[in-house]
Amino acid sequence: MKARIRKLATFLEETRSEMDRAIDPPTRRAAAVAVIANPYAGRYVEDLSELMVIGEELGDLLTQRAVAALGIPGPSAESYGKAAAVGEDGELEHAAAILHPKLGAPVRRVLGKGAALIPSSKKRGGMGVVLDIPLGHKDAAFVRSHFDGMEVRINDAPRANEIMVAIAVTDSGRPLARVGGLTKDQIEGEDGLR
Amino acid sequence: MPEVQVRKKVTVVEEIFHEGGPVSARPLRRAAALVVIRNPFAGRYVEQIESFMDDLKPLGLEMARSLVSVLGGDPKIIEGYGKGAIVGSAGELEHGALWHVPGGYAMREVLGGAKAIVASTKKVGGPGTRLDVPITHINASYVRSHFDAMEVGIADAPRADEILLALVMTTGARIHARVGGLKASEIKGEDGLR
Repeated sequence: MKARIRKLATFLEETRSEMDRAIDPPTRRAAAVAVIANPYAGRYVEDLSELMVIGEELGDLLTQRAVAALGIPGPSAESYGKAAAVGEDGELEHAAAILHPKLGAPVRRVLGKGAALIPSSKKRGGMGVVLDIPLGHKDAAFVRSHFDGMEVRINDAPRANEIMVAIAVTDSGRPLARVGGLTKDQIEGEDGLR
Repeated sequence: MPEVQVRKKVTVVEEIFHEGGPVSARPLRRAAALVVIRNPFAGRYVEQIESFMDDLKPLGLEMARSLVSVLGGDPKIIEGYGKGAIVGSAGELEHGALWHVPGGYAMREVLGGAKAIVASTKKVGGPGTRLDVPITHINASYVRSHFDAMEVGIADAPRADEILLALVMTTGARIHARVGGLKASEIKGEDGLR
């Protein structure tokens, strides 16, 4: 593996009630996070291809881990998202190199489909920075019940020369979704939007 | 007897490969089980609260078993543990103390009679409060390599009338432990201390 991983973390959340109403089955979401060395920390490098390859590796590893945490087959996943936080000696473009060129294909391989754009966020920050991973339905971005976000944080990452990369996967939408819009049973799943 | 009402469960697993030193052949794994419950005593002073400890026992066992399960399923690989609680703003610190017995004894039971006292901490705080759960060796509190802590927290918990309960287990020493003291290999295992 090209990525030099210091640490991996998985987060599994299960919501069983909200405002005293039972959520049954519970809504569940999982995030897998890798803390890796930033090969370009501290200097300007024009060609970021090494990070693109790392993005491809992590797309597979982190999606596998998130799905395993949920205990579901990949194709049963409903929504997804990705995010990265670059330590202070790196640049935002390093996060972009990991997230955008090659990470998506292995994510979609693990999840069976994934016609929709994978929503993403990125930032630069110090240790303990909070990443809000945006979430959207994997086959139809307009499914309103699945617009969501998941917060992850690791108290000792990213160090100055590290990057924290996160992928979140769910088996459900928000707990008490009731603001209308496209519903998941109306998905056509062709264009990734509806 | 108040019923235990669970709103949310969060599981966090960390896998640590190195921290700047040699990469370990056997990464350290730490896991936390967090459960957000309704505080049955929120908003008023209740003198008799002790019976709630019995009500929490099944939840403690469920959390302890889930930790063993996410760390691989074999209780024999668990070497460190700790516990903690965050009480929402309409509760008192004493409500967090209710977790000592059901949380601690659940882990000892699941681990087959661990000898050391379960390190613990607690506080009153708002949603997003972080808690550094202390960790010590399960059979001998003085094992220096296993003094550790895991930071936990949930962005939307505890609400004012809730309690966030935490159990933590680990599979070994700090990743680059090298400050001497009693070693795990030197444990006598009689008094829970050495």
